[in-house]
Amino acid sequence: MARSPLSIGKFLIIFVSWWLIWALLQTVLLMGFGLRLGIALTDSAVANALVALSCGFVSNNLQYYLPKKERYWYILFLSLGLSILITIACKGILIPLLSSQHGDPGYAIFFSKSWPVRFDIIFLQMACMTILSVLWYSSEEEAQQIQRKTDAERLSKEAELFKLRQQLAPHFLFNSLNSISALTGSQPELARKMIQQLSDFLRSNLKEEEQQSVLLAEELQYLELYLDIEKVRFGHRLSTVIHRDEESLVMTLPPMLLQPIVENAIKFGLYDTTGTVTITIRARAENNHLVISVQNPFDPETSRPKQGAGFGLSSIQRRLYLLFARGDLLETRIEGDLFTAIVKIPQQLITPTT
Amino acid sequence: MILYDNNYKIKAIIIDDEPLARMIVQEYLQSYPQIEVMQECGDGFEGIKAIQQHHPDLIFLDIQMPKINGFEMLELVEDPPAVIFTTAFDEYAIRAFENHAVDYLLKPFTKQRFDKAVSKWLDQYTLHASARSGAEAPPADASSSPDEGAPGASVSPGNKTRELLDTAAHSPSQQQRVVVKTGGKIKIIPVEDIHYLEASDDYVKIHTHNGAFLKNKTMNYFEQVLDPNHFVRTHRSYILNVQQVTRIDPYEKDSHLCVLQSGAQVPVSKAGYVKLKAVLGL
Repeated sequence: MARSPLSIGKFLIIFVSWWLIWALLQTVLLMGFGLRLGIALTDSAVANALVALSCGFVSNNLQYYLPKKERYWYILFLSLGLSILITIACKGILIPLLSSQHGDPGYAIFFSKSWPVRFDIIFLQMACMTILSVLWYSSEEEAQQIQRKTDAERLSKEAELFKLRQQLAPHFLFNSLNSISALTGSQPELARKMIQQLSDFLRSNLKEEEQQSVLLAEELQYLELYLDIEKVRFGHRLSTVIHRDEESLVMTLPPMLLQPIVENAIKFGLYDTTGTVTITIRARAENNHLVISVQNPFDPETSRPKQGAGFGLSSIQRRLYLLFARGDLLETRIEGDLFTAIVKIPQQLITPTT
Repeated sequence: MILYDNNYKIKAIIIDDEPLARMIVQEYLQSYPQIEVMQECGDGFEGIKAIQQHHPDLIFLDIQMPKINGFEMLELVEDPPAVIFTTAFDEYAIRAFENHAVDYLLKPFTKQRFDKAVSKWLDQYTLHASARSGAEAPPADASSSPDEGAPGASVSPGNKTRELLDTAAHSPSQQQRVVVKTGGKIKIIPVEDIHYLEASDDYVKIHTHNGAFLKNKTMNYFEQVLDPNHFVRTHRSYILNVQQVTRIDPYEKDSHLCVLQSGAQVPVSKAGYVKLKAVLGL
């Protein structure tokens, strides 16, 4: 629930000061009409105290019941009703008090002449306060709604990013274990080596999940582990080439981004053709962006890679969008029977965590 | 009961794209001197050739393979042999196996698990072999009688295989293409290339811009497998690709004629017209 504006120190001081100044002004004004200081002061104090209390009451109560947009007449009637009540109360308190105390019947006559003006001023003040309160609470409520919405969005974004990172392909894992199982009988040394590679890969996979960004140099080491395992699985069918310039090695990228792209290229290449497959990975620095391209062969006769994010790349595109709020960071190209996915990683936006 | 000829070797073929996965099946088969591995194949094309050449009794078949998967390969084999499926992880394949009570080996598998599958198949095979030899074997008709006890260790050729393949065809990758055999060559047709399908006796004729191809399936099968947002059965004997439609003309009473980009005219029945309008958003 929104806080009442008067519960905030700054606004309370303004509120009190306003009524003090207004009471003083009214005193001076009444004295200008020939009332004595004592009477003018009492009149002003009582009248303004009543209006101030009503304003406080209205402001506080709107906290619990805020009229809906189409019900602004409620504000008008509330102010009008309270203004009438205050005027009557003023009359009821001030005339007996001031006439009897000072024995001056002139005050009663003065009051009966001045009440329409008093009423107008009270009504204006009440209406102002009511409208200000309604505006205050509406904007508070809206701000809270926006806050809730951004909180919900942030949570779902984090959950989605986590899920997108988590996609370690079960197919890869079980086939690797099957290869190890096959090697155990005839080549136990190789089996042991592959267990080591798979362990290292899984370990970096777990470690990387906690980081916001990693150096390309580190990511390439991790990729090597993955590629070594895939080469054991597919034997001579799979070969890889990696080109990278020195400058790109110290650039950063989100963890677990490159490997799924390469995995996709391998899958696409190996399952769409029957011959040997070369996957080419190139990394370079360009305009403060890390640009990585991954190329694989495919069969244009039977596959129609969709422009944009076809072939399992949609989760990569989604991740890039969630991280950088840009939809143009993943690009795909087709030249003859070669399919290339190109990702650009903006550098200034990521700060490496230590 | 007469057992099959002791000198007769059971012929097997291993089809898997990963060399080490083939190796372990070879290794486990060492303890079965009666089974001889005729050939190892790295993809479905080789697999089909090897099956035609050797007429194996049993094949070990991986699902995920280059170009065509294990199911698509089986579809193209006219008289498929018994199959023991091996797969690492494929939810669609596993669902198909579960639905049709077909045994399959999940990689990595132990020798015990492998033995269980192979001996189960061997028992059935022996029974069939003795029944075929015409001796006083029990009237075993394993293909029609429900399997006693645990699910069968393999798919025996026939209806069960067909049903399994129909279920497996609902996987996203298989919904994107149709594999046909034309004049001894295998052709993969991306579904976007299909203009329309036409019933033709026991076959379905698939019309594309590269000509027409026959596939031994029913219209109902294609109606179920193809994406209903792109393919509409406009007539008992026709399914068309809505992206190919250029014009719909009224024809005889209650029926229409759909003109495709290729110029082909496809009949549209009264019910088909309603479906077609719904998909086209008219």
